[in-house]
Amino acid sequence: VLFTVVVSGAEFEEAAQLLSSNPGASTLSVSTSNNSVSAEGRSEEVKLDLSDEEEAEQESSELLGGQKPTGGFWTFEYYQSFFNVDTTQVLDRVKGSVMPLPGRNFIKHHLRSNPDLYGPFWICVTLVFTVAISGNLSTFLIEMGNPAYHYTPQFHRVTVASIVIFLYAWLVPISLWGFLSWRQGVERQVGGYSFLETVCVYGYSLFIYIPTSILWIIPFEWLRWTLMVVAMVISGSVLVLTFWPVVREDTKPMAVSTVAIIVALHSLLAIGCKMYFFQTASHISPLPPTTAPIQIDTQTTHFGSTLN
Amino acid sequence: MADDASKPFAGLADVSISEDIAVEGDISVPVGTSRRDEELSTLDEPVKETVLRDLRAVGNKFVHVLYPKRSSALLRDWDLWGPLLLCVTLALLLQGGATETQEQGGPQFAEVFVIVWVGSIVITLNSKLLGGTLSFFQSLCVLGYCIMPLTAALVVCRLVLLLANNAVSFAVRLLVVSASFGWSTFASTAFLVDSQPPNRKALVVYPVFLFYFVIGWIILTFSP
Repeated sequence: VLFTVVVSGAEFEEAAQLLSSNPGASTLSVSTSNNSVSAEGRSEEVKLDLSDEEEAEQESSELLGGQKPTGGFWTFEYYQSFFNVDTTQVLDRVKGSVMPLPGRNFIKHHLRSNPDLYGPFWICVTLVFTVAISGNLSTFLIEMGNPAYHYTPQFHRVTVASIVIFLYAWLVPISLWGFLSWRQGVERQVGGYSFLETVCVYGYSLFIYIPTSILWIIPFEWLRWTLMVVAMVISGSVLVLTFWPVVREDTKPMAVSTVAIIVALHSLLAIGCKMYFFQTASHISPLPPTTAPIQIDTQTTHFGSTLN
Repeated sequence: MADDASKPFAGLADVSISEDIAVEGDISVPVGTSRRDEELSTLDEPVKETVLRDLRAVGNKFVHVLYPKRSSALLRDWDLWGPLLLCVTLALLLQGGATETQEQGGPQFAEVFVIVWVGSIVITLNSKLLGGTLSFFQSLCVLGYCIMPLTAALVVCRLVLLLANNAVSFAVRLLVVSASFGWSTFASTAFLVDSQPPNRKALVVYPVFLFYFVIGWIILTFSP
């Protein structure tokens, strides 16, 4: 049985929310006069393991981080437990991924041991189609004045985008979770998250790229780079704020390198998407050898040509 | 007490039916037997009758999609003939886009099939995982039938493209595709939304919206 201790007088509404999401849990409200609060005056939620069988339960429900599945993995109810979210909860998590505040750990604050697969999956699917469609539109806008250009839907990009994004959203959390679990085994102080929570935070952190990729249709390079930096900062900070408290206990080089690799992979995804799907005017790939390759030197000469 | 408990019908043990009393009566068979005869005789009906019955059922569902109101006709007698017909029509009409290389063009025949069917299956699974009460095939049936406005839009688009391929024709196509996309989404939500848990309706409707948006995009970007 998992006990959740709410340490503050001002967080009863959080306790009420917790109770409504998990009515089976027992809660213990402790209001202390000297709260251990952070500098901004926000108090932290502390999960105390008061039960002896907690260890055994942790082993068995390792994947779900404390939320017991209701059946074996071959039953439908097992997978239904991953979709146990309401519209308001999903919207709240999306908001939390777009506005990361220091001190608000996404997993502790928004997921509250109810990670879901709805958000990550549909955010990835939406991102795949947004990137492919926006890339197609941006190519069309750039080539609009070119009389030799024939519009093509470039549908193969959807396949490429889906492979890249789904691989990122699933392989990176798996390896990160494996790595953190291994470190947890080696160095006892390092905390860890369950597999589902890791996948969840990665999935929601990709949400900011959806409006970014739509705005990337606008063909100004400086705007695109600005948007990308903003998106990377927001998305990366969600990840860093989530994982830093966990790896902080580790040895200094390991902690820093872990966080650095997380940020680097995330940036790689953003830059790679931009380079492949949203080509600049000077980098349009030449048409196949059946027609003469068309060179477009700069954006200015292109927009100077007369439109039919 | 124990005796009574061990013999559930203890009270009836004393009642005995004397052998003089004849047990007799009339059993009237309901009309079912004659109906059974009629059902068996559908084997003997002409083939045209059998085919027309299915066609009428499919046509009836098309009419329900045209005027969507909260009826259960699509759900009670679901069938997958309509979705198959629509999907094949869609895939056939999307062929023939002129492309420089095979890669750069629109979706191939098989890709359209994959998108429509895998998309419908994923949306159905999603709604079931969120706690919906529709059965798997009922949901597939609804999603497939509601592609009909988009298929009609594709027919209109191809006709428009035969006439002209300029900005005006693009505007007309955009209008037609947007209208049919809205109609499809509205129709399918009218059928699906009642069976979902109340605070998750938006979570179920959004993937449907995305599905028809992608199909609309494929139709709009078809260029011969």
